[in-house]
Amino acid sequence: MDLGLSETQELLKNAARDFLENECPEALVREMEEDEKGYSPQLWQKMAEQGWQGLLIPEEHGGAGFDFLDLCVLLEEFGRALVPGPFMSTVLGGAVPLMTAGSDAQKAEFLPKIASGDLIFTLALTEPSARFDEQGVQCAATVSGNDVTFSGTKLFVSDANVADYLVVAGRSSAGITLGIVPTDQAGVVVTPLQTIARDKQAEVKLNNAKGQLLGADGQGWALLAPVIERYTIAECAYLVGLSQMDFEISVDYAKERVQFGRPIGSFQAIQHKCADMVTDVDGSRFIMYKAAWSLATDQPADETRLAVNMAKAWTSEATRRVVAHGQQIHGGIGFTKDYKIQLYFRRQKRAELAFGDADYHRELVAQQLGI
Amino acid sequence: MDWSDSTDQAAFRAEVRGFIQSRLPEPYRAVGDSDEASGWQVDRKSKDPARRETAIAWANALAEKGWVAPHWPKEYGGAGLSVLEQFIFNQEMATAEAPSVGGMGVSLIGPTLIVHGTDEQKQEHLPKILSGEVAWAQGYSEPGAGSDLASLQTRATRDGDDYVINGQKIWTSGAQFADWLFALVRTDPEAPKHRGISFVVMDITTPGITVRPLTDMGWQQPFNETFFEDVHVPVRNRVGEENRGWYVGMTLLDFERSGIAGATQYAREIETLVDYVHTEAGARFVRPDFATTRLALADRRVETEVLFNFAFRIVSLQNRGMVPNYEASANKLFGSELHQRLALTGTRTFGLYANIWDHATPHAPLGARFTRDYIRSVPHTIFSGSSEIQRNVIATRGLGLPRG
Repeated sequence: MDLGLSETQELLKNAARDFLENECPEALVREMEEDEKGYSPQLWQKMAEQGWQGLLIPEEHGGAGFDFLDLCVLLEEFGRALVPGPFMSTVLGGAVPLMTAGSDAQKAEFLPKIASGDLIFTLALTEPSARFDEQGVQCAATVSGNDVTFSGTKLFVSDANVADYLVVAGRSSAGITLGIVPTDQAGVVVTPLQTIARDKQAEVKLNNAKGQLLGADGQGWALLAPVIERYTIAECAYLVGLSQMDFEISVDYAKERVQFGRPIGSFQAIQHKCADMVTDVDGSRFIMYKAAWSLATDQPADETRLAVNMAKAWTSEATRRVVAHGQQIHGGIGFTKDYKIQLYFRRQKRAELAFGDADYHRELVAQQLGI
Repeated sequence: MDWSDSTDQAAFRAEVRGFIQSRLPEPYRAVGDSDEASGWQVDRKSKDPARRETAIAWANALAEKGWVAPHWPKEYGGAGLSVLEQFIFNQEMATAEAPSVGGMGVSLIGPTLIVHGTDEQKQEHLPKILSGEVAWAQGYSEPGAGSDLASLQTRATRDGDDYVINGQKIWTSGAQFADWLFALVRTDPEAPKHRGISFVVMDITTPGITVRPLTDMGWQQPFNETFFEDVHVPVRNRVGEENRGWYVGMTLLDFERSGIAGATQYAREIETLVDYVHTEAGARFVRPDFATTRLALADRRVETEVLFNFAFRIVSLQNRGMVPNYEASANKLFGSELHQRLALTGTRTFGLYANIWDHATPHAPLGARFTRDYIRSVPHTIFSGSSEIQRNVIATRGLGLPRG
């Protein structure tokens, strides 16, 4: 029993923090909000040199062979630095489903190129119904041998504007079916959406888009469930880092901002907000890591599922409380585009909504409690 | 990070669990809600011989293992458990709803004497705490010294080999059942407030001490007002140096401070409630528009997970040789506020039936447990440092915000 980081995790965390402070400054975050691609290819390559895209990928496929808990340590730092770009899309939406469901040939084909930073993937799951469950998948899939074609509309697909491949969930006569679909074909039409976080999400229209089958026909949902669980906790890890930084910026501001002749941080009204912020951030961190640990160590499936739902239910709301307090502590200056705190506030909402907000996960917790 | 037991920890957990299963007296397992206060301190002096014997039998069983004081060093008759073993022990005790014994003697004054007491004080008091012969009460708060405890005014004046004590304490929990009292008293009214306080222990039957029970809003008497009128206490009953009592009383004692029992208890409460609403007896009490409350209950379940992790963080820090700082305040703050939310959710589940206080009537869902908890949880955000004080501590000591 222990709640501390391992030595390797400490090293990873410190290396990531140093690297991102230099390579991913606020200026880059802002620049990418208005960039067409939404990411810096130079930074993307440097991250690959750090071994990050391949962190989870086994060494035999060119990765570092770390586990999911380690990845969450890294993603906490990504949230802290608000790293823009298709990292989670590629790792959680590409590498993880390939590792879970891919054939040996598919692993050999794609994983080394993901690890080297040469390929960008994303998960095309949600549709205009905006559901995260099996019923939400209505896109048509037609299977023929190892090939599959998809027709339908996917919505809220992250980084589809730059992805080389989509991992698409569709519905064939056999059930939910997954496919790896290259984006450089006429049957894939990507229309970017303008979003609250100014990240890159898109509508993706598939019109007989051709790809290769990923996993067996009709087995897609069973294969996708562990992917979605990991992606959900990855979003939680990002939220933990994001809210930690929002909290630190706000506490620093409260120590410096003087009104009525004293720092506003000496007023209990502000102090108590700060105390609640750290409680919410810490609470989020540990419940996230508990779920990450459950996933990384293959705890019993029902316990893991509950841990994941509890983590996203809590983290979605707790981090929203944190960034709301952050805005209030900053007063008027925090509402300006020039000041940094708003960057965190807007991105919190994206991650809160991703893979289900608290309302969604709370309902799942209730079902698992048997009420 | 690892939420699972090591092989040794799992073996120790099995040992504790097995011990409780085989040795916890049957009546203790049936402890439900009653109109009488319960617990070791009350039971050992109960007029009911069965209750008295049960309390003594359980204390004796624990004593065989040194588990009356699992956190005390072995040389003083404790079990010398590591903080993680204490954590497991406390978790298993709470899971089995097994009462701990020894009260404040075991939890507070014993460890304080071990650190600050003279050999004579240790020899006089520690064995009697372990044997359950003597129960202790704490005299800290005063009518004018609550959150601002260091402003306490109960005066101890030197008279030869005695202190003569005059003043009043309040919220002295269990003093009506206690044999001895430990107290903070002012020995130097001229000194800065933290530096004029001494820590003394006294026989509660010393002439001049009057204990008057206070009735709480749940119509019980868990605490008292204690009056001191020319009470003579030998100077040798002072613990630590004169005027250093504040620091003696505030010593961060080196035992498991996670408060895991609370997290365990609330998780069990939720399990109990969920099981109950599925029984025939329980289902009839559930409000017809349960849908909203159902989601609140799911939130409480999530929050117990957060609280468990806060407890786990404390013991994990301690196990790594670190001293918890603001983390302990976060734990108390979150745990006490969760306790109140849980009581509220529990009462909301039963709609109008949440009126019922009588635990024995067939109209009482779960023996009126949540209605009673709705009242009993009220002081949780007040005692041992109110929520406001905890937030102050987190903000100033934890986050380094300037004091107001």
